[in-house]
Amino acid sequence: MVAARQLADGDVCLVGIGLPSLAANLARRLHAPRCVLIYESGTIGAKPAAPPLSIGDGELAATADTVVSVPEIFNYWLQAGRVDVGFLGAAQIDPRAHLNTTVIGPYRSPAVRLPGAGGAPEIASSARRVVVVLRHSRRAFVDRLDFRTSVPGPGPTVVITDLGTLERVAGGHELVLTALHPGVTVDDVRAATGWDLPVADDLARTEAPSDVELAALRALEAAMPA
Amino acid sequence: MAEIVPLAEAIAGLVGDGDLVALEGFTHLIPFAAGHEIIRQGRRHLTLARLTPDVIYDQMIGMGCADALVFSWGGNPGVGSLHRLRDAVEHGWPHPLALEEHSHAGMANRYVAGASGLPMAVLRGYQGTDLGAVTSSVATVTCPFTGEELTAVAALNPDVTVIHAQQADRRGNVMLWGISGVQKEAVLAARRSLVTVEEVVDELEPRPGSVVLPGWVVTAVAVAPGGAHPSYAAGYSTRDNAFYRAWDAISRDRDAFVAWMGSHVLG
Repeated sequence: MVAARQLADGDVCLVGIGLPSLAANLARRLHAPRCVLIYESGTIGAKPAAPPLSIGDGELAATADTVVSVPEIFNYWLQAGRVDVGFLGAAQIDPRAHLNTTVIGPYRSPAVRLPGAGGAPEIASSARRVVVVLRHSRRAFVDRLDFRTSVPGPGPTVVITDLGTLERVAGGHELVLTALHPGVTVDDVRAATGWDLPVADDLARTEAPSDVELAALRALEAAMPA
Repeated sequence: MAEIVPLAEAIAGLVGDGDLVALEGFTHLIPFAAGHEIIRQGRRHLTLARLTPDVIYDQMIGMGCADALVFSWGGNPGVGSLHRLRDAVEHGWPHPLALEEHSHAGMANRYVAGASGLPMAVLRGYQGTDLGAVTSSVATVTCPFTGEELTAVAALNPDVTVIHAQQADRRGNVMLWGISGVQKEAVLAARRSLVTVEEVVDELEPRPGSVVLPGWVVTAVAVAPGGAHPSYAAGYSTRDNAFYRAWDAISRDRDAFVAWMGSHVLG
């Protein structure tokens, strides 16, 4: 829900499957009906009735304004600066909002081999704004990444977790805690962060989801195929 | 002009041990039937290229077909890990797997360069990442016109590219539609190519947004109805999501994996 609120009406948004897709489709049903969803499989302006199972879902192609090749998505649409918001996930994030989705442990002999880069390096560097969604823990919020997979560009980066919101302002160098979700304290966030996280002077409290927002979320989840 | 041949004959003739092989199809039209035939014919020492290895490369890696993988995202889409890929990288089972990894943008541009007959492609990518340090086919170049430092990726020219399409006509002209991924680039970048199709028709009917590969750029066509199962084939079948979920448990355990492959692919 907090991720959905990051999208403004008319934003062009490059999304992946899972939480980002759910958030973007939620925004499209609530406050951002003209939000343009681009999936990296090549569907531009997709308007799925239910959140898709994979970015290859025929529903995305059938409801899109146009369907283009993968080289075209990355070259003409993302690299050329036509994407406002890029949604990303990560296994690890550091104080500068650099992201790791490649390995835990040494690259040549990893403890855990993760899926890898996918579209993330170029989404991070080319989208005007980057929104990262991940769970807050000391395993994920680390002072030093095991591998640097993606580095957000100079635009603003917002990190949304289950505890609160962190932001790196445009041109800024480090993440700052800017909002706490209901019932969460600064100490809770610090305990789950592997470095000395700065806190904004005007630290905000996340608004609890409204009845309208919750109803839209439940309707979307109910529409998801098993 | 593409010959229309049985799948087993096509694989026997086109895919050799040690080849650089690309089975493409970006989440849609994944050539599972062809991958299974490569497993049945016991090909070894392949270098497998594909943006998203998906379940088909998990199966080929677990069955020992591959020495190396060239890729950009190796997960089970919407489900989680590819356990056979992880087991090969983390524990060397059934034998070690060399990785050459890129981003999607890099891989897509490598096929574009290959299809264009150029040695490399140029993009604004990989900035600030560790990928360039571990992947030798990424470098930087300076634009001669603006002085901007850009990223170069080496062309990818498979020995053979295999894709799945909806239709071919009797002369071997191929049509695919819906999400078209990098199939056109991967076929045009390859020395040889095989297209498996849902069906052969008398006439290809024009469709908006379709990709047509003339028969003279395709080496062989093989009829394989349902050949993309469990992935999608727009107009023919939808994704078998229950299978993608079930694969997580089947592939997690080596014995369960070998038993499943024995009864469903080799059998």
